[in-house]
Amino acid sequence: MTAHIEIQGLTKEFGPYRAVNGLTFSVAKGEVLGFLGPNGAGKSTTMRMITGYLTPTSGSVRVLGHDIVEERLAAQQHIGYLPEGAPAYGDMTAGEFLRFGAAARGLSREAAEKAVAGAAAKTQLASVLDRPIETLSKGFKRRVGLAQAILHDPPVLIMDEPTDGLDPNQKFAVRRLIESMGRDKAIIISTHILEEVEAVCTRALIIDRGRIVADGRPAELMARSSFHNAVTIEVPGDRAGEAKASVLSLHGVAEVRERRLKSGAVRLTAMPARGTDQLVEAVGAVVRARGIATSALFAEEGRLDEVFRTLTTSDALATSPGAADASEGAP
Amino acid sequence: MMRIWPVFRRELVGYFATPLAYVFIVIFLFAMGASTFYLGNFYEGRTANLERFFLFHPWLYLFLMPALAMRLWAEEKKTGTIEILMTLPIPAWASVMGKFLAAWAFSGIALALTFPMWITVNILGEPDNGVILASYIGSFFMAGGYLAIGSCLSAATNNQVIAFVVSIVVCFLFTVSGLPLVLQVAQAVLPTPVVSAIASFSFLTRFEAIAEGVIDLRDVIYFASLILLWLGINVALLERARAG
Repeated sequence: MTAHIEIQGLTKEFGPYRAVNGLTFSVAKGEVLGFLGPNGAGKSTTMRMITGYLTPTSGSVRVLGHDIVEERLAAQQHIGYLPEGAPAYGDMTAGEFLRFGAAARGLSREAAEKAVAGAAAKTQLASVLDRPIETLSKGFKRRVGLAQAILHDPPVLIMDEPTDGLDPNQKFAVRRLIESMGRDKAIIISTHILEEVEAVCTRALIIDRGRIVADGRPAELMARSSFHNAVTIEVPGDRAGEAKASVLSLHGVAEVRERRLKSGAVRLTAMPARGTDQLVEAVGAVVRARGIATSALFAEEGRLDEVFRTLTTSDALATSPGAADASEGAP
Repeated sequence: MMRIWPVFRRELVGYFATPLAYVFIVIFLFAMGASTFYLGNFYEGRTANLERFFLFHPWLYLFLMPALAMRLWAEEKKTGTIEILMTLPIPAWASVMGKFLAAWAFSGIALALTFPMWITVNILGEPDNGVILASYIGSFFMAGGYLAIGSCLSAATNNQVIAFVVSIVVCFLFTVSGLPLVLQVAQAVLPTPVVSAIASFSFLTRFEAIAEGVIDLRDVIYFASLILLWLGINVALLERARAG
């Protein structure tokens, strides 16, 4: 079976500015793809092309086999979309807005009521369905947008920063929801929050200046971090020097980073030399042999933020006004 | 076709969800009454017809219809909801039609609420109700013309004020193109066929014909095709925005 979303050489130009540059990837049913990248990398523009809001300059998008340009309506029928900032008609009540979304997708009155009730339950909106959207808090507004996207139980779900503006409890609930829906849908979410990728995504795609710079499972990406397999220990401040020297003497340790904590203890991180994969036992043993009490000892999986920073450079560019404007300049 | 309905419904309900609808209707009725009685000297005319009532419709619509149409697309662009609308499985023409029909229906409601005028002349005398009906139909079609212009220009900007002002200017040109003042100037520099073409584009000329009680098919076709032309440009503007 082919993937739910198939993207081939997707490119978008705004005048001379190339916002998205030849993206090729596909998302199968059961996958939750995390779209990462600095501001202005082309995440939103890509999502807008997948959902048919923007027409690609070149390349193609197929959603369940339907080309988004040639058979736009057929493709859109299978897509649920939460645009950036979760726009909604402020003068409507949340319930009216959802019923509008259902009717616009051709659901019968009865099916629409059912769909609205279902989506409202999943996003915990039932208590505010009768309130005008403009009077709702940011968290509720975001969830109204989310409910609108999942209303018709679409096989393909595209969400631009779904947890932006939510409090930690709401974030947790939305992640749980995405996870549970991920089993039988193809989902793409964009986010700035790297822990979110680790929490809900089965796959992460890092894009920078319109190009894919990394594509893999979150664990694979973290393995590219220099912190992958690094070992961190915490030792009392007065014995830090001794501990550091002994760890550094170990075979396979390239470097030891030191950080003094507020409690007075010192946190040492042993960075592995290339090709070293098991350090945690050796580090534990050498410190214990010296009789130094360790209050923490663990191996790092790798740090996604570090991978992100090494792979993406365009946020430096985005500080120049021209680049920032071009990225936000989509109509 | 059935995808027009949700958009139409949303838009029409949207007018009444805010005070806009009520403010508009009050101003509409007040302006209609004031122009008829004070500018048109309705009573001094001592004739039982609504000629002096319909006389001012083109001039009132010139301001009132752009006010009704300015939000149709500009607001969607401003708030970003256009991204929702354009990613729903609704063809662009159906959205344009749904929104336009909602605005047109709303103007129809406002126009229908002037019925006390009709009752008044029927109490005061014996007017030709056929002529009055024709005038109402003509007025309604003319409102549609102004609204189509306003809707189209609203899609060209995300600023409602700009949409409003530009619509008034364009509507004004379509209104006055049949006035002698304009035609005399045109005659001095343009060949006669062009001048008569300009004259035939005038809302005033067309409306006067209908207001005399003769619904000429050509006048109806004129307004209908004018509406479709502007809505066609409206759709093209949206598709162009999609291309980025």
